[in-house]
Amino acid sequence: LRKNVEDFTGPRERSDLGFVTFDITADILNGDKGLQSIFDWNVKQLFLYLSAEYSTKNNALNQVVLWDKIMLRGDNPRLFLKDMKSKYFFFDDGNGLKGNRNVTLTLSWNVVPNAGILPLVTGSGHVSVPFPDTYETTKSY
Amino acid sequence: ADMDLFGDLRRMNKRQLYYQVLNFAMIVSSALMIWKGLIVITGSESPIVVVLSGSMEPAFHRGDLLFLTNFHDDPIRAGEIVVFKVEGRDIPIVHRVIKIHEKENGNIKFLTKGDNNEVDDRGLYKEGQNWLEKKDVVGRARGFLPYVGMVTIIMNDYPKFKYALLAVMGAYVLLKRES
Repeated sequence: LRKNVEDFTGPRERSDLGFVTFDITADILNGDKGLQSIFDWNVKQLFLYLSAEYSTKNNALNQVVLWDKIMLRGDNPRLFLKDMKSKYFFFDDGNGLKGNRNVTLTLSWNVVPNAGILPLVTGSGHVSVPFPDTYETTKSY
Repeated sequence: ADMDLFGDLRRMNKRQLYYQVLNFAMIVSSALMIWKGLIVITGSESPIVVVLSGSMEPAFHRGDLLFLTNFHDDPIRAGEIVVFKVEGRDIPIVHRVIKIHEKENGNIKFLTKGDNNEVDDRGLYKEGQNWLEKKDVVGRARGFLPYVGMVTIIMNDYPKFKYALLAVMGAYVLLKRES
């Protein structure tokens, strides 16, 4: 699992808004079954999401989903995406993104079976995104 | 065979009728006890819910059944599927958590969105409410069965079907003879 990111923060009245672009290269496998493909007879689909996790002065733990994708049984369980922009606005609850060195991006997925338990799995491999100390006012997204 | 059935009914004396009624009451009580037991074990006031809308498609469709838990110490994390009620409204909504902001003392506020919806749920919350809190959560979806909940939706939309079903069940229990 590999991600490359570029980021900056835009000034907003009350809360920091983060802008992140990323690449994702991933193989979704079923770890329990010795690295076979995750799509067995009881897997209807996967709900994949990229979430950013970080701490701020205001809040001990923040998690924001930046991007998601639905992968159906029959789709290729490999992801090779480049230059993706976040689907959802990355607002912080306050001004905790500026200068935050420890924002971690992780890819996780929700396994939806044909019937049965709904597990949430976190992918191995994550990337730290350091946000710069200043706001960007001129960069366009 | 039909004539025999009504003949039986007339011949049944009062004692047998009371016995059958008690039998019926025991079945109902057992069912209620199992339901209450589930509420206690899962920690959720509504451990089994039926999906009512298509806002979580293609994962869940209208009529699917969801099994919930609501353990107090279970943290709410992004990506989880929660069932919540908006303050003042009775209808439970099943959507995914997309943002959380948790303070050191454990106070958490979070935002939800249906997988199949374009926008987040802020439009569904109470006027002026931007976040959900732990108290709004009915439970976390842990397991699911497709289609099975359709029966409750049909019973809701077609009350005649519900009464017919109850009448048939009642008749069966009262007329059943133990051999």
